[in-house]
Amino acid sequence: MAESVATSELKHEAEANDRVMFGFWVYLMTDLLMFAVLFAVYAVLHGNTVGGPTGSQLFSQPQALAETLILLTSSFTCGVGMIAARRGNKNQVLAWFTLTLLLGVAFLSLELLEFGELIHEGYTPSSNAFLSSFFVLVGTHGLHIISGLFWMFVTLLFVVMRGLNRQLVRKLALLSLFWHFLDIVWIFIFTIVYLMAYV
Amino acid sequence: MKEFLIGRLSMEALPHEWFTIGGSVFFGGLIIALAILLTVTKRWGWLWKEWLTSVDPKKIGIMYFIVAGFMLIARGGLEALMMWLQQALGSSDMPGFLGATHGYLSAEHFQQIFTAHGNIMVFFVAMGFIFGLINYIVPLQIGARDLASPFLNTLGFWLYVAGVVMVNMFFFVGGEYAATGWLAVAPLSGAEFSPGTGMDYLIWSLQISGIGTTLGAINFIMTILRMRAPGMTLWKMPAFTWGSLCSMVMAVTVFPLLTATLFLIFFDRYFDTHFFTTTLGGNAMMYTNLIWMWGHPEVYILVLPAYGLFTEIVSTFSRKKLASYTSNIIGLIGVSLFALSVWLHHFFTMGAGADINAFFGVMTMFIAIPTTVLVFTWIATMRGGRIRFTTPMLWFLGFIAVFTFGGVTGVMLAVPPADFQFHNSLFLVAHFHSNVIGGVLFGVFAGITYWFPKMSGFRLNERIGRYAFWCWMIGFSLSFIPMYIVGLMGATRRLDTYDAASGWQPFYVLMLIGGIVIAVGVALQLVQIIASVIQKRRLHDPTGDPWGGRSLEWSVPSPAPSYNFATIPQVTSRDAYWEMKERGIPARTYEDIHMPKNTASGIYISIFAFFVGFGLVWHINWLAIVSLIGAIVCVIVRTFNDDTEYTITAAEVEKMEKAKLAKTQAQHAEKDTGPDEDMGLIEFVKLVIIWALNVVRTRQWRNR
Amino acid sequence: MAKHKPSRNRSILYIILWVLVLVMLFAVLLRGADIRMLNPKGAVAQGELGLMIYSTVVLLAITIPTLFFLYFFAWKYRESNTKAAYDPNKKHGKFFVFGLWAIPVAFMLVLAPVMWIGTHELAPQKSIVSNNKALTVQVIAMRWKWLFIYPEQNIATVNFVQVPVNTPVEFDLTADDSPMSSFWVPHWGGQLYAMTGMTNRLNLMPTTTGDSEGSSAEINGEGFAGMKFTARASSQQDFDSWVLGVKQSPNMLDMVEYERLLKPSENNPSALYARADADLYDTVVMKYMGSHDHQMGHE
Repeated sequence: MAESVATSELKHEAEANDRVMFGFWVYLMTDLLMFAVLFAVYAVLHGNTVGGPTGSQLFSQPQALAETLILLTSSFTCGVGMIAARRGNKNQVLAWFTLTLLLGVAFLSLELLEFGELIHEGYTPSSNAFLSSFFVLVGTHGLHIISGLFWMFVTLLFVVMRGLNRQLVRKLALLSLFWHFLDIVWIFIFTIVYLMAYV
Repeated sequence: MKEFLIGRLSMEALPHEWFTIGGSVFFGGLIIALAILLTVTKRWGWLWKEWLTSVDPKKIGIMYFIVAGFMLIARGGLEALMMWLQQALGSSDMPGFLGATHGYLSAEHFQQIFTAHGNIMVFFVAMGFIFGLINYIVPLQIGARDLASPFLNTLGFWLYVAGVVMVNMFFFVGGEYAATGWLAVAPLSGAEFSPGTGMDYLIWSLQISGIGTTLGAINFIMTILRMRAPGMTLWKMPAFTWGSLCSMVMAVTVFPLLTATLFLIFFDRYFDTHFFTTTLGGNAMMYTNLIWMWGHPEVYILVLPAYGLFTEIVSTFSRKKLASYTSNIIGLIGVSLFALSVWLHHFFTMGAGADINAFFGVMTMFIAIPTTVLVFTWIATMRGGRIRFTTPMLWFLGFIAVFTFGGVTGVMLAVPPADFQFHNSLFLVAHFHSNVIGGVLFGVFAGITYWFPKMSGFRLNERIGRYAFWCWMIGFSLSFIPMYIVGLMGATRRLDTYDAASGWQPFYVLMLIGGIVIAVGVALQLVQIIASVIQKRRLHDPTGDPWGGRSLEWSVPSPAPSYNFATIPQVTSRDAYWEMKERGIPARTYEDIHMPKNTASGIYISIFAFFVGFGLVWHINWLAIVSLIGAIVCVIVRTFNDDTEYTITAAEVEKMEKAKLAKTQAQHAEKDTGPDEDMGLIEFVKLVIIWALNVVRTRQWRNR
Repeated sequence: MAKHKPSRNRSILYIILWVLVLVMLFAVLLRGADIRMLNPKGAVAQGELGLMIYSTVVLLAITIPTLFFLYFFAWKYRESNTKAAYDPNKKHGKFFVFGLWAIPVAFMLVLAPVMWIGTHELAPQKSIVSNNKALTVQVIAMRWKWLFIYPEQNIATVNFVQVPVNTPVEFDLTADDSPMSSFWVPHWGGQLYAMTGMTNRLNLMPTTTGDSEGSSAEINGEGFAGMKFTARASSQQDFDSWVLGVKQSPNMLDMVEYERLLKPSENNPSALYARADADLYDTVVMKYMGSHDHQMGHE
């Protein structure tokens, strides 16, 4: 049963795609485990304020809520962009992912604002263990967001340059997986850090 | 300005002590000698194309062996001898040399040596050998041509090499290594009590190679779960592949914990955070918990492939099917699961309550259950078999003796009140060395000896192999049984000096003698390899199946071609190749093969990764940032490169296969009809002397 | 511990000879030696040794037969022994599989309850029952020496601790300006960590008079090997007169002296202090306290 070269090429590529997706899921699990450590550390250390202010005194719930809504929306736009990618619609892909990117930048700006304010008021990562664990947990998420945005930017550039080919669709699929993952981690951060500070 | 440019580097960081000068001269000299050799033989291009940029897991596997073997001899093993020498001389009634109060090593230097010894042996020797074996053998065992991601494979290897360079870097720049013990427990490892750059070298060498390991583990899991030959269900996989799968699933679970923890201690040291500090809310006990949540599974990550490997060796050399495959594999899985839930037994003495201690003690004890099941399946396999005592089988028998010491003492240690006495004594050190040497190292030796013919086309010299084995056994008994005893006498670990009145010194002297015997064993292993190369023709393996193997790797020629299998086999049962031999090997059909191209991106990314670490060690921030950008650019260039494969047409494959067959037959015909025993040691020494005299006489390396 | 070679019974002989050589060598070297863990001079050490012996016996009961069968089969089913039955495709039944798992489980079931109970009985925090009233000794691990404070007697010592025999001693362990240390007197019992900002309670009771060596079993820096102390158990009378003697000492442990002691130093000789501040230990522990929520010690 001789296969045409084209079919076997497609099969080969499909197998490779499947492997990459699977491998990326495994990578996401390792990333999640790393976050798990940071959550555990936060759980242990969040009470160690050495007499300084606690989360309830430092955090702004409205701001955290805004960040959450922005990120959730960006996940939505990312999802729509992904549908467009599977349909091969280059312009829609560019539009929706650019929107995602901008929302991500908005999220990041709010977060940087929050960090900046805290540091300006003298609440730095080296102030006490609570602040160390807060900045590192939320900051690590922020670094992941920055990586995701950068990845998004580069990929969109390539979409513009090369057009929406199969390899780029695959990359967008991985990217959107990553983006949704970051959204889920943020939900945990929002709950455990910002909401539970007031409990 | 100077601080911006070169951070905390200064003239003082350059080598100025006897061991840093010695180390720099040694490593520097080695590098220069290699460079000269490559230039004179015009082999730079060959090295780059055939080896360094190769993505072939067989080549990467061999490179892992070379680096790991080098680190075993030049660093880990040498450090062991240095420590034994110091302890033999370190009694309080002995004089001191070279600035030491007693013996020849100052306390600080001694503490750096055992720290480096631990890091290097675990991360760069054991992990290197295990990764080498998995790389080479697992694809062949599952009927695959390569790993799932050739790029991640080469990247993982070169990150490992970057870690190796980092752990040796202090010889050239810095002059000190961490003096905290291999796991660098806080707060000793924090900025307050370890202010030097040594600890930072530890952090970054482990961090960089740890990330390489995580990527490698993801790769292996992808490969085993997605690239098996048609018909090979999970429950038909060979035991070594199962051991590797369990090991890599554990690796993927716990290495992220190490990555996170190393980042946290780095933040404490670099950014003055308070995760593990003694003041401002830090919790040093949390470090202990986190690092051991990684640390305990790590040792099982190392030993599980060895278990799988031994299973295959027992089955092959008993010429008998494995007794109860199911129990054996469930045993492997059981060990993995239990191993993830016992970490607290490393710090029973830190003061947790009895409930917690007892829980972890019982969990630890339960690991003995699947382990014992494994041993029972081996016994049952040997019973009713026809056992050949080849070198791999000898290593198995030695493993059982040595590892059992470790296993029994392990359960003794698992009893918390007993551990209150044993903890941090030399009894503990002897225990884990029994397990690591007996299990992991002997496993590696058995594996390399077993699969050597597959990798090279000729088998290893059996005679000298036996001498090496016995040296290891005698050496081990001399260096570690006294260690158990002196531990019971109350000797703690990591002591550079001790009371003469304690009566410990004779035992330390015995340990040193044992260490020297082991060193002789290692030397004999090197001789074994060289002698085998000399007798290559005699030891030639023409069939690809020198032992009567049972799994698929024996169905390909030795050494395996770059694409492993010309035809991906159809698997119908366990012991797939044994089945094929019984029922008749199917006819070959040839098809186009997609092969990955070589790439230097792994090398470039790792060089940048190294400089990120180096920059952070010395607070040269611009270097760290620029290198990070460089690494990212390389990653983008590589991942957006769609042209990473080439095709070997079916016709080409057929041609290569037929040529290989012809060459093998020619070699076989050429096989010399010399003595029917492998070369012995005396014969080898004679040959070396004759060759050396010849070189001097004719000024030529070999006869043209 | 026998190993085998193909029909080379000579090798088996060599192995047995080597084992005998080793045994004789160790016997000679151990003549008159003090194997501290096997030579308990305290109630806790006694109990711990009992558990060690029990677990060893149980383990040997499964290990020795296992090793025997492994090496025996290796020898019996060697290739050259054509008389042995060869059954290359032997299938094992359910009974075999059951046995594979049941045997190790059975041994572990014999061990686990004893381990559970023993761990609770010999928990360091558990007070020792005795007719004699307990003595409190507070211990501060420093770089690189041990400071002992007797709050009831109002004296202090460095690198030397004396207690009356057959009296429960409650050691409260902490550290100051030091990485984690481990307080260990093998003759008296197992060790426990001394850490800054924490207080750990270790109950010990020496049952024989005499001197024993104590050390830090956890590396805490350069001077760690020299961080040894003498632990002396004496009669109640000798203890009382010793306390009186220390009170005559010209040295006082005031804050100035304490700060001086705190500076890193190695191989400190023993020292005796006539008076010590009763709050010193608690002050040291509190020094590292974070906020109110920071966990203090252990149950």
